[in-house]
Amino acid sequence: MSNRQSKIRNFSIIAHIDHGKSTLADRLIQQSGLLTEREMQEQVLDNMDLERERGITIKAQAVRLIHKGEDGEEYTLNLIDTPGHVDFNYEVSRSLAACDGAVLVVDAAQGVEAQTLANVYLALDNDLEIVPVINKIDLPSAEPERVKAEIEDIIGLDCSEAPLISAKANIGIDDVFNKIISNIPAPSGDENAPLKALIFDSFYDSYKGVIVFMRIFDGSIKKGTKVKFMATNKVFETVEVGVFGPGQFLPVEELKAGDVGYLTASIKNVRDTRIGDTVTTADDPVKEALPGYKKVNSMVYCGIFPADGSKYGDLRDALEKLQLNDAALKFEAETSVALGFGFRCGFLGLLHLEIVQERLEREYNLDLITTAPSVIYKVYLTDGTQIELSNPTDLPDVTTIVKMEEPIVRAEIILPSEYIGTIMELCQQRRGEYEGMEYIEETRAVLTYKLPLNEIIYDFFDVLKSRSRGYASFDYELIGYEPSRLVKLDILVNREIVDALSFIVHEDSAQEKGRKMAEKLKKEIPRHQFEIPIQAAIGNKIIARETISAVRKDVLAKCYGGDITRKRKLLEKQKEGKKRMRQIGSIEVPQAAFMSVLKLDEE
Amino acid sequence: MTSLYIHIPFCKRKCLYCDFLSFTHTECTDEYFDALVREINAFDCEKVRSIFIGGGTPSFPDSGYIGKVMEALGRYNIDKDAEITIEANPGTLTAHKLKAYRSYGINRISIGLQAWQNGLLKKLGRIHTREVFLNNYEKVIKAGFENINIDIMFSLPGQTYEMWMETLENVTDLKPAHISAYSLIVEENTPFYNMELALPDDETDRKMYHDAISFLSSKGYRQYEISNFAKEGFSSVHNCAYWQRKEYKGFGLGAASLIGDRRTKNTESIQAYIKGTSVAESEKLTKADCMAEYMFLGMRMNEGVSVSGFKKEFNEDMLIKYGSVFKKYEPFIEIENDRVRLNERGFDISNMIFCEFV
Repeated sequence: MSNRQSKIRNFSIIAHIDHGKSTLADRLIQQSGLLTEREMQEQVLDNMDLERERGITIKAQAVRLIHKGEDGEEYTLNLIDTPGHVDFNYEVSRSLAACDGAVLVVDAAQGVEAQTLANVYLALDNDLEIVPVINKIDLPSAEPERVKAEIEDIIGLDCSEAPLISAKANIGIDDVFNKIISNIPAPSGDENAPLKALIFDSFYDSYKGVIVFMRIFDGSIKKGTKVKFMATNKVFETVEVGVFGPGQFLPVEELKAGDVGYLTASIKNVRDTRIGDTVTTADDPVKEALPGYKKVNSMVYCGIFPADGSKYGDLRDALEKLQLNDAALKFEAETSVALGFGFRCGFLGLLHLEIVQERLEREYNLDLITTAPSVIYKVYLTDGTQIELSNPTDLPDVTTIVKMEEPIVRAEIILPSEYIGTIMELCQQRRGEYEGMEYIEETRAVLTYKLPLNEIIYDFFDVLKSRSRGYASFDYELIGYEPSRLVKLDILVNREIVDALSFIVHEDSAQEKGRKMAEKLKKEIPRHQFEIPIQAAIGNKIIARETISAVRKDVLAKCYGGDITRKRKLLEKQKEGKKRMRQIGSIEVPQAAFMSVLKLDEE
Repeated sequence: MTSLYIHIPFCKRKCLYCDFLSFTHTECTDEYFDALVREINAFDCEKVRSIFIGGGTPSFPDSGYIGKVMEALGRYNIDKDAEITIEANPGTLTAHKLKAYRSYGINRISIGLQAWQNGLLKKLGRIHTREVFLNNYEKVIKAGFENINIDIMFSLPGQTYEMWMETLENVTDLKPAHISAYSLIVEENTPFYNMELALPDDETDRKMYHDAISFLSSKGYRQYEISNFAKEGFSSVHNCAYWQRKEYKGFGLGAASLIGDRRTKNTESIQAYIKGTSVAESEKLTKADCMAEYMFLGMRMNEGVSVSGFKKEFNEDMLIKYGSVFKKYEPFIEIENDRVRLNERGFDISNMIFCEFV
């Protein structure tokens, strides 16, 4: 090992949401003297508005810290921040693969949670050295000793030397630095071997093109190096290499084994630089790529339509721009009878969907109608073929279907024991299959359930939180497909099927969902000049019905000389309200009605 | 030909449902009428078709004030058959006032009765009882008025269907030439708006309305507008001018005018008006505004709108321009010869249809 590499540590911080990951990252950046407190925006690493608001990290980020260790030597500490949600598990795993160790932050009051476990497993999968840290010890409810015991029990990590800190109150931060330097191994790559670097993120910059974030395992790279991306087989000439200053890119002469940094090479498409791919040199490539690369697949699909049909082009432009930085986002044109022209979009999960939707609305100022999210079903047909169905509207005629399969996940729910009953009930309602329960301490347990993905993509997390008063935490992984009795539920408004409202549902819950849907639509659709039947149907069979009665009275009794201008304004306002609705046959349907399918369990 | 409106913004008491521009302060009555006369004197117009003195309560101030106004109007060329109306509250009429009105040439009177039952009158905040109304009605007849309107209302808080039918029966027994029957509108900025009112439901409201139409018809009162009914030949010339978009000029506080393609409205500040400011708002109507008004005002009337009249005024084919609206609301619209009109059910939902025209 070269002397240079012995002064480098590459690590990330892992934690359950809200346990203080970002606060600790900020503190480390600040302590290393890179920024004064005044210069530092709160939470430097989470730099999307949305990330700050939700307190989660969506994109991986990296920053280089310089710290003088106890031995008086200067160390380069590369902190790679990971996304904090199950939707982005693959990205998390690639970020972790770029590290040699991880700081595990556990809240001194909350203890081990579902994502703590999920992240620890990911870190262990990547052979990382884990440094446990107990945070928020200044809270009155902090019980650091209990939490240390819990980590030792559940995870089997030695916590005897775990730093007891408060990132917020600036307590124990030096101890964290010391543990990083003493416990996390230094990189040990071969500077003279062919280039082998792991892409853990990439980012599109309109001036430099794609900026590729990478960890160099072996070899070196500098301006002019012809690089090859092994998964996509694309070759580019390096324009610039550099490291991550806080909030800025710092160009350097050369990156060598053990370094974390970036390269630019006038790359136009983020798709050419896939996360998890291996970067090597075109002239002297490594034989084998780094393990673990996979193409990410969409788990959840939904239709996204502009509320104002004339904004279709704007929506396409916005999706294209988002895709520049979000290789996981997929979209293709879709036409709906009810909603007109829009896009069928694929996402990693529901959070990813929500993030994309919010960014479209906020950053691109678009007013959207989103249809119910769908998972991918496998449909086996009588002619022996199989289709992957992501849009309920495309379900073939039932007589041609042999069987259908749906994606199944394994979910781990960590919760206080008093909520076990109600949460088990919730899982049963969602067609969950009980797999086991383990007490992690006297008052807390881990519940394991197999659940169909389509039962958790709408509102499972919200309901879980509300039924457990916020105490239950939840994580899941896809385990495969299983045959299931699924049907397509159609909604008819005034005897016409509204394609955008169709969804796939398990046969046993079709009746109830249809009834709730009809009730909900009755509330959402305004009364018209005639009676409107709302029906839920499976094929030709009507399973629920509601009726919106006709308007009896909408008249202004008095209209004389002084009232006319005001009256015209009132009529204009009334018409404006109608304009914001979607015309389906002769019915005006408000946009909210299309989202109502998402909120069937709210009342 | 033009129509004139005169606004008298004084009332003895404000009714609880009223959102008209009026007040109970009378200190500046003299100055107000001076300003009104000044405004009338400053205006010139061609032949006058109708005059309407409304309020407020025009019958509340001394009749001499009305005399001054009529005197000022005397310099216009008033058609010899012009309809000249004054609004009256039964609680403010006297034989003396009525005699004076006749002497000024006023030939139509519009009396606000509103309801037959004293209990309901009290709930509305009216100052009179049924007995006071009957007593004054007799004086109106004696004074020689032949063209009399009585205003009544339905869908009132606490009003039953039976009470409404009783009102209709008793009012028709008096045989006035004209009856206006309004469904109560609870307007913002009125005391009613913030009160818990036991209002009849929409179903009862519409039963009251439709049964009133047939009852009044059986008594010889033909409906000619959403809320207006008259014996043959007694439709209000003045009000029809509004719905047919004929030119009109309003004098006084907050009064509105339509001259050419411009709608104006006077100030609502009595201080400003007395000091000589009149017009506060002025809007030039676009062709689209004019067409919309043509439709939503004209279709308030039973005779509806004229296809050829529309063509003549706007050089557009109404049946093409609004063809999709007429089709969408087919069960509520009658198209016959040159006219397009709403039927009874059409009146019920007229706002829904009218907003398609704006």
